[in-house]
Amino acid sequence: MIRALVLLIAAMGTAGATGPAPTDFTLKTTCPPGFEKTAAGVCELRTLYQFYDSLENRGLGGTRTSLPPHRDGFTPYQIDLGRYLFFDPVLSGDGTLSCASCHDPARGLSDGRPRSIGIHGEDAGRAAPTLWNVAFLKRFFWDARADSLEAQATGPLYSPHEMGNTPAQLLESLNGNATYRRLFQQAFPNQRGPITDQQIFTALAAFETSLVSLNSRYDRYVHGYDAALSEREIEGLNVFRSFVARCSECHTPPLFTNEQIAVIGMPEPAGRPFDVGAEAILHAPKLKGGFKVPTLRNIARTAPYSHSGAFADLRGVVEFYNKGRGNAVPKDMHLYLHWHISDPKLTDLEVDRIVDFLGALTDETFLPQPPARVPSGLPPTKQGE
Amino acid sequence: MKKGLVVGVLVAALAFGAGMLFGRSGKQDLKISSSTQGASYSGGFKAEGEGAAPPGAAIRSVAGPAPTNVVVVKDGESIQAAVKAAPKGTIIRVMPGTYHETVYIDKDDIRIIGVIEAGRRAVLDGEKKLNDAILYSGNNFVAENLEIRNYKGNGIMGQAGNNFEIRNNVIAESGVYGIFPQLGKNGIVEHNVVSGIADAAIYIGMSDNILVANNDVFDSVAGIEIENSRHAIVEHNYVHNNSGGLLAFVTPGLPIKDTVDVIFRNNFVVGNNHPNFGAPGSTVSGIPAGTGILIMAADDVVIEGNVISDNKVSGIIITDHAHAQNITTDPESDPNSDRVKILDNVMLRNGYDTITEAKALLLADGKVGAKNLDIVRVGPSPGSCIINRHQYVTAGVGDFAECDFTNTANTVNYLLPPVPPREIKPGERGKVVYLGICTGCHTYNGRMIGPPVQVIQALYMENPQGLADFIAKPTKKRDDYPEMPPQDYLDPETRLAVAKYMLQVTN
Repeated sequence: MIRALVLLIAAMGTAGATGPAPTDFTLKTTCPPGFEKTAAGVCELRTLYQFYDSLENRGLGGTRTSLPPHRDGFTPYQIDLGRYLFFDPVLSGDGTLSCASCHDPARGLSDGRPRSIGIHGEDAGRAAPTLWNVAFLKRFFWDARADSLEAQATGPLYSPHEMGNTPAQLLESLNGNATYRRLFQQAFPNQRGPITDQQIFTALAAFETSLVSLNSRYDRYVHGYDAALSEREIEGLNVFRSFVARCSECHTPPLFTNEQIAVIGMPEPAGRPFDVGAEAILHAPKLKGGFKVPTLRNIARTAPYSHSGAFADLRGVVEFYNKGRGNAVPKDMHLYLHWHISDPKLTDLEVDRIVDFLGALTDETFLPQPPARVPSGLPPTKQGE
Repeated sequence: MKKGLVVGVLVAALAFGAGMLFGRSGKQDLKISSSTQGASYSGGFKAEGEGAAPPGAAIRSVAGPAPTNVVVVKDGESIQAAVKAAPKGTIIRVMPGTYHETVYIDKDDIRIIGVIEAGRRAVLDGEKKLNDAILYSGNNFVAENLEIRNYKGNGIMGQAGNNFEIRNNVIAESGVYGIFPQLGKNGIVEHNVVSGIADAAIYIGMSDNILVANNDVFDSVAGIEIENSRHAIVEHNYVHNNSGGLLAFVTPGLPIKDTVDVIFRNNFVVGNNHPNFGAPGSTVSGIPAGTGILIMAADDVVIEGNVISDNKVSGIIITDHAHAQNITTDPESDPNSDRVKILDNVMLRNGYDTITEAKALLLADGKVGAKNLDIVRVGPSPGSCIINRHQYVTAGVGDFAECDFTNTANTVNYLLPPVPPREIKPGERGKVVYLGICTGCHTYNGRMIGPPVQVIQALYMENPQGLADFIAKPTKKRDDYPEMPPQDYLDPETRLAVAKYMLQVTN
């Protein structure tokens, strides 16, 4: 019975299929850079950080500190299927947007915009976070409302302000595509039947966890090569981790985030209403205006900055912190500002050095390769536009 | 600021009052225990395959055997220059003199040892311009015999270094924290004299297995603070004229969520009445000046054998997050101080000028006319216990049980023997470097940024050293590929290991 149903769906799909011939697409049998294919045929991350330890295995601390526990163990097929999905506009409601529209490899896996622009030109409300090193994260979105990459995926896919799709339309369009049916079968060989939403989310998560950036000049310094950082960058590192600036108290190495919710009191761009952030998710008035601490890896590649793009460049962000506690909090609003938000009175030179140091966190060695064509036959979203 | 920590107490006070009227009446029988007899607290720390010493063995050193390589820094020279030049496993002796610098240590087994001559020390002077005196992230770090003054950030700050020893230092007027190891495991902070610090003189943050002993801390906002840390013993310290003496806190919003198993014993906690000069918004700015010991949301804190006297608000305050006005919230942190254990202490003349809210609590507890206050508890504190409670003036501890032990004699310390460095086989390192770095540009048989590994194998199969040498100083070999960036940041041994690994991969 089930077998018949599958055949029927397959026949329907073939009849209605458009775009390139299914045989044009194959999935890679090798793991992405940085991953070892184990005897079990899955991809596991390998990094020098695995030679270090961290307190309570939390992956937080100083230079030679291990990373937090991470997601890996997907098959090369699943990862490569995720890559096709990631770049395919068929995932959006009107076939114009892919994940890569807002997480563009040419723009630090973000989009270079203050706030993302969704379907029909909608303002998505917040900035697209970079996807670098999401394999190590436990919370997703600026307000930390999802606890897995799979759960995160439903946010943009089905938001009317973002990709504007529906669960039914997404499954219908993928199941109606013979290439995708074949590729999903390859990636999920033990699951018979039509493509499921969980398979889609798994494949996207598999691809996203391959986006690893741990080979910056800072990392070389960590692993023992003092000359990897310039004098200015080392000065910047020392200001960054000093207890005057206190940047590293929340942007904690090695990922440069401690993944906590912090109430910073950053301004909104002119004309934008105050964003309560995590308060709405956790129903905690004390977390009004709280957002997840973002990673600073590849930060020089992802301007503008803040949850809503209030800052055009990195120097602007550092200057904001240097202007003192609460300098942009709206009048008549009480926020429980984070205790590390102080009045550091850094000199202009120290501010410059921090910006210099942040530039040493850039590493895009493992940037993914966008496919030239995608199985839907839709034109892939253009990179860097 | 005073009001911050105990706002909302009045509501609680009314509730206690009702309890007094209708509940208890008459004098309780005295239950008297001897702390020289009876069971001993066994501690909360169970070593888990870490090669820990058997309980009872005193550990005096955690940083391992002293290195034999010694360099000397003289007045007028740079300590940092010596650190930079030092191989791991070096003692840097710093001669008396004045050094204006920030010293950072990002490698293992470095010891910075001041030489004291006729009372003259090596002085690190930040002149109120420099941020921190010492920043370390390396393991097995030791700092001894230094004098540190006039820094704006911290005196000595650790970020994730394990097995640290910080002793015999004099730190004054040096910013936010005097000594602040953070995210470290297995450390000793002892025999330091720390004063004039705008937050905690000694602050153990998010760290495990710690001994803080024999320090003299004074004239600071907080004396010794154990925050979001586990298995810490704080003993034999002289803690005086701070706003708050000893603190065991859970600060919400940190990535490590609890404070568990802290022993405060045999300390002198005396006259901690200094006006609170904590920075606005800092956690400690909410401490009522005049607090001997403050427990906020920490679990399993044992208080034993201390002399706690002349702290004008209270000898001990036990509270939770809800009663602290300037404390944020964290759904992942338990806001209550669970299982506080108060054993025998000498408590004299505390609470002689306490705050209004505490007076209300005393009244509610039926302590009409009390002129002192030794222990006050606001907020839930489930599972707590006390012995010989009749000797203290208390408010809010009526529901504490009798402890089923009277002392901590069996818990000598929570330190671990020096953990030998992890052995990493060259082959393993070669594989990880190959996968973690080389594969960004090279695949086995395809064209990427660099040529395929198969091609490299054909060229170097019998010559791994040649390949190791090439990657240190690559030259442009192929017109159709970009020149390879040098991999000289890898040490020679690692370069050879990765070359050998690359030459044998098969896919």
